[in-house]
Amino acid sequence: MPLDRKIAYIDLTTGDIQTKPIPLDVRKKFLGGRGLDSYLLYNHTEKACDPLGPKNALMISGGILTATCASATARTHVMAKSPLTGLLGSANMGGFFAPEMAWAGFHHLVIKGKAKHPVYIYLHNGKIEIRDARDIWGKSVPDTQWAIREDLGDQEVKSCVCGPAGENLVRFANVMTGIKNSGGRTGMGCVMGSKNLKAVAARGTMDIKIARPTEALDYNKRFIDQIVSAKVNQTQGALGTPFIWGATNSWGGVRCRNFQYNQCEYADDIEPERIDEICEETMGPYHMTGCYGCQVHCRAQYKIPEGPYAGKYDEGPEYTSQGAFGGETDTPRALTVLVGNHLVDQFGMDNLETGSLISWAMELYELGIITSKETDGLDLRFGNDEAVIEMIERICFRKGWLGDTLADGGIAASEKIGKNSFDYLIQVKGMSNLHSDERATPGLALNIATASRGSDHLRSRPAIDLYHLPQEVLKKIYGSPVAYDGPLSSEHTEYIGKPWQVFWHENCYMGVDCLGICKYHTTFLGATLPNFEDWSKVLYYNTGLEMTPEEIWDVARRCNMIERIFNLREGLTREDLKKGDMLNHRYFDEPCRRGAIDVVGTKIDKKKFIKMIDELYEHKGLDKDGVPTPETLQSLGLENEPSHLL
Amino acid sequence: MAKALYIDYQKCTGCRLCELVCAVSHDGISNPARSRIRVMKWEAEGLYIPMSCQQCEDAPCKLVCPVKAISRDEELGRVFIDYDVCIGCRACIGACPFGAMSFNIKEKQVFKCDLCDGDPQCVRFCEVKAVDFIDADEVSILKKRNAAERVSVAGKEAAALEAQL
Repeated sequence: MPLDRKIAYIDLTTGDIQTKPIPLDVRKKFLGGRGLDSYLLYNHTEKACDPLGPKNALMISGGILTATCASATARTHVMAKSPLTGLLGSANMGGFFAPEMAWAGFHHLVIKGKAKHPVYIYLHNGKIEIRDARDIWGKSVPDTQWAIREDLGDQEVKSCVCGPAGENLVRFANVMTGIKNSGGRTGMGCVMGSKNLKAVAARGTMDIKIARPTEALDYNKRFIDQIVSAKVNQTQGALGTPFIWGATNSWGGVRCRNFQYNQCEYADDIEPERIDEICEETMGPYHMTGCYGCQVHCRAQYKIPEGPYAGKYDEGPEYTSQGAFGGETDTPRALTVLVGNHLVDQFGMDNLETGSLISWAMELYELGIITSKETDGLDLRFGNDEAVIEMIERICFRKGWLGDTLADGGIAASEKIGKNSFDYLIQVKGMSNLHSDERATPGLALNIATASRGSDHLRSRPAIDLYHLPQEVLKKIYGSPVAYDGPLSSEHTEYIGKPWQVFWHENCYMGVDCLGICKYHTTFLGATLPNFEDWSKVLYYNTGLEMTPEEIWDVARRCNMIERIFNLREGLTREDLKKGDMLNHRYFDEPCRRGAIDVVGTKIDKKKFIKMIDELYEHKGLDKDGVPTPETLQSLGLENEPSHLL
Repeated sequence: MAKALYIDYQKCTGCRLCELVCAVSHDGISNPARSRIRVMKWEAEGLYIPMSCQQCEDAPCKLVCPVKAISRDEELGRVFIDYDVCIGCRACIGACPFGAMSFNIKEKQVFKCDLCDGDPQCVRFCEVKAVDFIDADEVSILKKRNAAERVSVAGKEAAALEAQL
């Protein structure tokens, strides 16, 4: 049974290991994955604990459906207090690690303390071992995984690891598995580095009994048929996420030169078709690869065609890398994007944060806020490809004044750089924005301003808002599983009804994260893809757990609320530019300068925007300050947190 | 004419869904160790090769079996284990050159691909058709066509080069 997978508590300081079952009533309240992780984080960390200290708790988990016969249950979730933001740290990745962890007998790990020397944790058929990693320390992300396989003499072992960036305590270091599957954002790799934890390895052959195998298989097949018949997934399966680039950039939704423009000119060179063309030596006719059990296969494979990294194999580049190393820095050259992507994959560093901070530094350089003295002579102007690549390496290894400064994250860097550098930093809650520009889309702007882990597009983005869906379709999607009879607008430039959409997506994405399913398999990019109604069935077929769509919705609300109260405990206040639900002033002050007719000239109306936040708070059951009311906490069963059930 | 499992590793995306549905459809359990088909992976190069029973005509497992529990089922084109006769000695595992025979530690039995009695679930679920189920006398026609295409493309490129000279 998926429900008999255990939780393990590992203290790296003492070497103490305890294993416990996860009680059914806890499952019903938080399901698993990110949801249960958020509960564990709130319960296992104390207020204001040092994110890099031994008292920070690091959670690694699979969802409740991980490795079952539901489709694409590959996601690994990682959580801790973030060393980048000082708030919620949370990262989610695909690949093959979480299923292997489930076959090894575990769904959740709570890791505390700090090892005396580099170690890795090995999970194997119900057993846990802490092993020496001194010889592995310093290795790149892929090499670490191969070294662990050698050490254990087993090529089937799967590991999630931190790279050199995590070891060097770069505040936005990733946890990674495979070649490029990244638990990016909020610096979970940095937390691993601070604990002297190089990796968690897993290998398992323990049965996971499927409650109703025939129904689960048939449902999975129908699900796959639906997924592969959706045009959006077909395109994604042929080109990967970079397929979005052409549309969003030509429309005017891509940040360029930090935040000066909303479109990157002459950017055809970084289109996926072009990348395919120059990477002749791709693998097989599809040159695409997939995560566990997934038929979308959205990860491209490539070999760098020329230059000092010629012949290096990697996966991606994703849409994020196009923006981070092409758009924002105004270096739209395929080779720069490919090499940049390869380096962050090797180092284990968040591509999005890295590119965003480099482009911020470039704007500061252009404005004279930093000079060649701070850059140690590097000509950090926009459009300088070599400078982008050089900065990636400097940040990872904290080389030079600027590399070391940026490695501490945007807010800390702005405090060190001083002057008015903070005004140019495009972030929310201390985390950089994706390279997308949300000035023409108030709904999307509301999402990044209020997302629990800081500026983020994977927490509540109503991406389908851009499809201009007819009212009746919107009503159908957003009126289930709980009724909503407020207004909805098909217009992406509108402010009407967007708070409900953001609220709905926040719960939808929490739902998939609890189940351990990929967001490409729900109402994210594809408007017709499954959500609560289907999850209720798929949960029953695979685990035997009977939960209505409304109950799953309530779990999602509960887990989102735990994340909220964690953030409030750690200092979130509504309008704080560094720790609150607020956007950089440029969203309100500077209109879009490029793009389509519905984009150019747009900016966010601050008054309307603040009203949207009020409305969102109301949907969530928060007061005007963004704090949950006692009634809200009671209705979600959270009035006694921390309750220490696990 | 019996059909045969046709594996085109160049199409494989490495997702291992075939392993999952194989184990679930046979045993109602998710566990790759129970799967009759396994994807061998070289992640560092992006190379994924699904491995399953080749249903050999002159099967080493059949030859080595001391109690003659393994036979050929011509109707379905498969090598078949009679569990009433099998003594679980695992000699067949040692003999199979493809590693296609596995051992189930719970039921204490060897197991291998049985082509799901003619409706292979791995094929049903593999959307890219890296695993396919086709007439045994047609298994090479696809390879011929692909090879011919490469020859034809090469020919056209050569002609174009010549025209430039």
